[in-house]
Amino acid sequence: MLPWLLLAIVGLAAGFSVARPARDPGKGLALAEETDRIDALLPQTQCGLCGYRGCRPYAEAVVRGEAAINRCPPGGTETVAALADLLGVEPMPAPAMSPPRVALIDEATCIGCTLCLDACPVDAIIGAPKLMHTVIAALCTGCGLCLPPCPVDCIQLRTSGG
Amino acid sequence: MTLPQHAWGGGVRVPRHKNLSNTGASRVPPLPARLIYPLRSHIGTAARPIIKPGDRVLRGQCLAQPDTYVSQALHAATSGVVRDIGDFPVAPGDITATCIVIEVDGEGRSVDPWPPLSADADGDAIQRRLVEAGVIGMGGAGFPSHVKVREGLTRTVQTLIINGVECEPYITCDDRLMREHATGIVAGARWLKRAVNAGECFIAVEEDMPEALAALQSHAGEDVTVGSVPAIYPAGGEKQLIKMLTGREVPSKGLPIQAGVLMHNVATAQAVYQAVVEGRPLMSRYVTVTGSVQQPGNWQALLGTPVSHLLQQSGWGGYGKQQVIMGGPMMGMALSHLEVPVTKVTNCLLVQEAARVSMMSMPCIRCGECLRVCPVQLNARALYEYARAGDLDAAQDLHLFDCIECGACAYVCPSHIPLVSYYRQAKAGIAATERRQQTAAENRRRYERHEQRLAADQTAPETAESASPAGTMDKEAMRAEITAAVERVRAKRAANEPPDPTNGGESGAA
Repeated sequence: MLPWLLLAIVGLAAGFSVARPARDPGKGLALAEETDRIDALLPQTQCGLCGYRGCRPYAEAVVRGEAAINRCPPGGTETVAALADLLGVEPMPAPAMSPPRVALIDEATCIGCTLCLDACPVDAIIGAPKLMHTVIAALCTGCGLCLPPCPVDCIQLRTSGG
Repeated sequence: MTLPQHAWGGGVRVPRHKNLSNTGASRVPPLPARLIYPLRSHIGTAARPIIKPGDRVLRGQCLAQPDTYVSQALHAATSGVVRDIGDFPVAPGDITATCIVIEVDGEGRSVDPWPPLSADADGDAIQRRLVEAGVIGMGGAGFPSHVKVREGLTRTVQTLIINGVECEPYITCDDRLMREHATGIVAGARWLKRAVNAGECFIAVEEDMPEALAALQSHAGEDVTVGSVPAIYPAGGEKQLIKMLTGREVPSKGLPIQAGVLMHNVATAQAVYQAVVEGRPLMSRYVTVTGSVQQPGNWQALLGTPVSHLLQQSGWGGYGKQQVIMGGPMMGMALSHLEVPVTKVTNCLLVQEAARVSMMSMPCIRCGECLRVCPVQLNARALYEYARAGDLDAAQDLHLFDCIECGACAYVCPSHIPLVSYYRQAKAGIAATERRQQTAAENRRRYERHEQRLAADQTAPETAESASPAGTMDKEAMRAEITAAVERVRAKRAANEPPDPTNGGESGAA
């Protein structure tokens, strides 16, 4: 079942690139402009799962030719297909996607250490020294970068509605 | 006098099934046990409740007020007690929304009506009254009527059209209303014409509504022209009727006012009359209950009446493989819950055998029938192919968003392909993508600011007191504090039960 599904997904992605004319693979584009274009296709979760510090650093690595186009799990198949289309390359199998998640701080356990504040790439956590912290759920990208620095393990990721 | 007739292209003749429900006079159902008022209409923002649970309310009393320009006031349609303000199922689909629920007391006590507007009231005064009375478009879209009047105050309205072209099969609520309340409709049309200073006013009905035509004509005069148009579906569509009566086209993604036209449904015109002259807010409407029920016909239903109540009154047993469609067979939606309320835009409840609406679809044979009947001249077949393949950009390039979802293409499709479902899905997919892109843009902006802040902290660590979340605290001291706090948490954990990783710590620790 799963291999077939994967095949279907890859097939669909291939169909995309054939059906729509591939653009000029960015020869004439300035590097920054091409980085912008790639960055625009990334989901901006800033999770670092690609191995880079955020979406834009990953986009820069792709432009330099260092990183493959299928390193973004939150983007999934759609992002791989869009990147392949933009760059005029063959689509690749997409990494496994995870459902959208959101971080939740257990407020009774939080000691107010502020370590998660800097870790959050989109400043979605508010708090002050020795005061309880909380996640602004609407701004949280579910990247999970706040979990490792927490000294009391009071943050968990929960599956979000959308 | 007859109405001008321009060709609009496309359309299809469909069996009308109108006689099933339009032969008898409309009836008043007994009071339901409760009335349910969703705060949000499907256009605009939710109204703000001004009552609370436990309050006694009277007929005509305002329950919720509009906080924004595109919103609507809600009024109790009979006296009772506010039972709840909470989430209840609303139509269509499986969604719930915040509703005010009134338990009906059966006493029918009423607030005093507002004084009628004076005959020389200007457009502003009429507009204010429409806001107060919660009048919104009753033809289906539910667009607040005062917004249209406001448009007409600031721009030139050549033509005001009152739409009685009830083109969907089975639905006869406007037909019955025109026969029984022609006075109010024509008077309402005159008020609307005055309000926006329209050059001409047309009231249009379909050619197979002779009784409604005659009733309206007996009240019309020099200033209001009543006439009929051919019964071709969807002649009652806003853009189609504008093209037919004026020869002008509404631009893509534009509003009728851009073609110098304002259009209101006949029921809306009647509601305008009630608000302006009788001083009553919008509290009831005609609803057709038809199809496989014992006594099909039209009901003068209080807004908020549960759909199940009207179905029971029409003699529906609620058995067998039937489904209830809200709206007509072409554009209506099947209900999954029968306690949903009648709202200002509920025109029809159609009970159908489920087998009739779920025919197996077959591959497209490229016959081109869908292209022939599309009233917007879209390439319906190509749109279907792109929507099915998920190529939403290409679908948008073919003007997907000009589709009015009339269902003519799906009706004529010999392969029974539910074309409109594909178009709706594609539209929803595009909307979801746009939402995702907005979120991504916001995330990008916040990420850039975050990176800048961290960089600033690093270049000036000693002076960046305000930028650092730890403030003036010395790094070493901070670390010591954290270690101490971690020890305290450990001790707390050890004292309580063994930590359970699934609930993230001890909730009873506080």
